[in-house]
Amino acid sequence: MQANDLQAALNDIAPELGGQSITGLRRLSGGASQETWAFSLDTGRPLILRRKPPGTGSVTGLATPLATEAALIRAAAKQGAPVPEVLAICDPGSDVGEAYVMAAVEGETLGKRIARDDNFAAIRPKLAFQCGEALAKIHAIPLDESLPPLNRSSALDELAKYEAVYRTLDARRPIFEAAFKWLKDTAPPLERPVMLHGDFRNGNLMFSPRTGLAAVLDWELVHIGDPAEDMGWICTASWRFGGGKPVGGFGDYADLLAGYEAAGGAPIALERVLYWQMLGSLKWGCMCLGMYASFANGTDPSVERAMIGRRTSETEIDLMALLERAQ
Amino acid sequence: MITHPTAPELIDSVIKFIEERAAPNLKDRDAFLARVAVNALGAVKRELEQGPAAEARAVERLRALLGRDGDFATLNAALCDGLADGGIDGSDPAVLAHLKASIIDQVRIDQPQYAGLKTLAP
Repeated sequence: MQANDLQAALNDIAPELGGQSITGLRRLSGGASQETWAFSLDTGRPLILRRKPPGTGSVTGLATPLATEAALIRAAAKQGAPVPEVLAICDPGSDVGEAYVMAAVEGETLGKRIARDDNFAAIRPKLAFQCGEALAKIHAIPLDESLPPLNRSSALDELAKYEAVYRTLDARRPIFEAAFKWLKDTAPPLERPVMLHGDFRNGNLMFSPRTGLAAVLDWELVHIGDPAEDMGWICTASWRFGGGKPVGGFGDYADLLAGYEAAGGAPIALERVLYWQMLGSLKWGCMCLGMYASFANGTDPSVERAMIGRRTSETEIDLMALLERAQ
Repeated sequence: MITHPTAPELIDSVIKFIEERAAPNLKDRDAFLARVAVNALGAVKRELEQGPAAEARAVERLRALLGRDGDFATLNAALCDGLADGGIDGSDPAVLAHLKASIIDQVRIDQPQYAGLKTLAP
């Protein structure tokens, strides 16, 4: 579909969004599984469209239907988590296509700026606490019949998924072997399954330099699992962007855990967060190898895809530090 | 081997060309890819300079650890298999020392500025 057709389709649903027509439609980014467009209502309200590119099936097999993503954002809003307001959900058969429309939120998502730029210096000490609060609210979403069916995944399930990826790629990485073994041997059982964001990390969160956490974005990996999984992922070293602190490069473990408890989350032991942080490094390492594979087999011949294979070693050195600590 | 110019000198000349001549004319994604290309050349240069010695050290450690001979790929595969099936104990200090020394060498090639490198090799 061309931008003109999309413009017409969005004009048709403008009343549902609270206006008469739309203006200023422009493409922000587009991955293989998601398109993001910005536009405004005639009232001046800025909006965002998330859409599945027409004619694509599920690319990774992991992608959540957009209607599910939108339903979860609304459920998170109900718990008081900072999320963009979802204004409309469009069916796969509609003129817009499989998509949803949400309010645009102002702020910064570039991880490096949030972890290091001067204009975040004043608010930075508060961010980890705010992330803990947001996670407690997301994890409080009731797991009931009103939500679409979601995957449920324990630590062992996650390890099996990424070990399968690793074995397929036929890479020989002894630190991965040692990490898989240790993480399997010490895997915590899924005692208290909760709704997880699934990709809660610096880069997927919008922050304001004045007020801090403004919106939790990128809900496509939402699933049910161990609450410490979301906490470990934002502490995973590859998401610190050169910032010196463990939580997203900007904050301390204690503040993340304190914010979680302050917002009503059941206390989580730091050890459990560190377990999932280690699993996070292993998971990102396998994803780096997988992205390199798409270069090696010619699917994406860009230098970026080739070089991301060399980021695997950063995850190995982080795993090494955690393996040493675990002895 | 040819030394006028050396391989690292050729790489430096290409890095300089990309940074000073090509990249200023590029925008958006291409400008980003030019930076990635410069990073890739940096890794290639470091691998040329440091890779052979790092691999030789790894082979020496692996021979001692596994008590057998072989090239890097063979010995490394044997270590991986042993760690996976439990035949080699991943918490053995000698194993950990080998893994640590190897990954420090590798990250010095791939990303010498990476924060995790300073954590493990201050």
